[in-house]
Amino acid sequence: MIRVKMSTNNRKKEIDRVLGISGENIKLCMQCGKCSASCPSSSNMDILPHQIIRLFQVGNYEKVLNSQTIWNCASCFTCGSRCPRNIDITKLMEAVRVTVVRNKGESRINIKELPEKINDKMPHQVIVSAFRKYNK
Amino acid sequence: MKYSYFPGCTLKTKAQELEKYALSSAKELGFELEEQMEWQCCGAVYPLATDEIATKLSSVRTLASAKEKGEKLVTLCSACHHVIKRVNEDMRTDESIRNKVNNYLNLSEDYKGEVEVIHYLEVLRDEIGFDQLEKLVKNPLNKRKIGAYYGCLLLRPNQVMSFDDPENPSTIEQFIKALGGEPVKYPYRTECCGGYLSLDKKDMATGMASNILSSASKHEIDEIVTACPLCKYNLEISETKNGVTISYFTELLAEALGLK
Repeated sequence: MIRVKMSTNNRKKEIDRVLGISGENIKLCMQCGKCSASCPSSSNMDILPHQIIRLFQVGNYEKVLNSQTIWNCASCFTCGSRCPRNIDITKLMEAVRVTVVRNKGESRINIKELPEKINDKMPHQVIVSAFRKYNK
Repeated sequence: MKYSYFPGCTLKTKAQELEKYALSSAKELGFELEEQMEWQCCGAVYPLATDEIATKLSSVRTLASAKEKGEKLVTLCSACHHVIKRVNEDMRTDESIRNKVNNYLNLSEDYKGEVEVIHYLEVLRDEIGFDQLEKLVKNPLNKRKIGAYYGCLLLRPNQVMSFDDPENPSTIEQFIKALGGEPVKYPYRTECCGGYLSLDKKDMATGMASNILSSASKHEIDEIVTACPLCKYNLEISETKNGVTISYFTELLAEALGLK
């Protein structure tokens, strides 16, 4: 199977750490775009899923970290289940998110604003899952 | 037949109908769901980062408790089912996670993924059988046009969930048919409702839910059934509801069995 050559730069250590946490082999990605075409949240993304993988391949981690994409992925697993090279991009998105939110002061949901966002019909499931995704 | 049963937090609060009608229907259909003692929240989302351990412990406690009783573990909420089934797979196939979790939990016997995790719909399909269910229906649904909404968590990733064909599932349609309804397939029945985005990014979630409801409306569907409390909530708050009602599959079951 053809694999891309990864660029190396000064963020290699961080990139390797994220890829390690994800457990995914992004060298297998051939940029077919099936993930982006399938993603139900792609209209909420500034960088499409297959482009995120490409940015990793060329070593542009800065752009991945600053993207809205990683925060607007709904973890629906559609990308991974359709990928012809069996890359679970959901795991890659999660790996980037956790490396951010595990740092002190980097939780995304502001607890003070929470009462305005909760209503009587909202199931516990949404609160627990959002906190697992955005806060540590 | 007796099963260990994991309800999950939402079924005790905002999604009581999902549980209530599941339990009364089980009794009518002749199987027992025994709620586990001291169950803990599954965490609602499967920890995708491969270095997570603590967030998998509650699922393993649940699984180990079912193993002690020698029973299959039955779930009702799609999210609980997804989390517990995937953690079970990790315990079965990932030696590093298995060792770390077992070292931490110090159970009387190491847990190695032995328990079979099945969703209530799988009990109906594989253990009771939809043919048998059809015979037990007292109030057939009069060919009502009903759309199944699967969402993500029951179906994907198929390598682990192995619930149904992830692109073209038919379990809930067969279930609706057995109850005397007319299942209507529509393109968005396996698309994501927006999930947890609805807490902090409500507009994004309602946009995604709207696509699902528009797709159902175009196929002249008046009611949708689901197994997930969060999917139900996201579909219900969507502005393009067009009068479509959203209920749990167990409500439909209880109705057809004459229990509601």
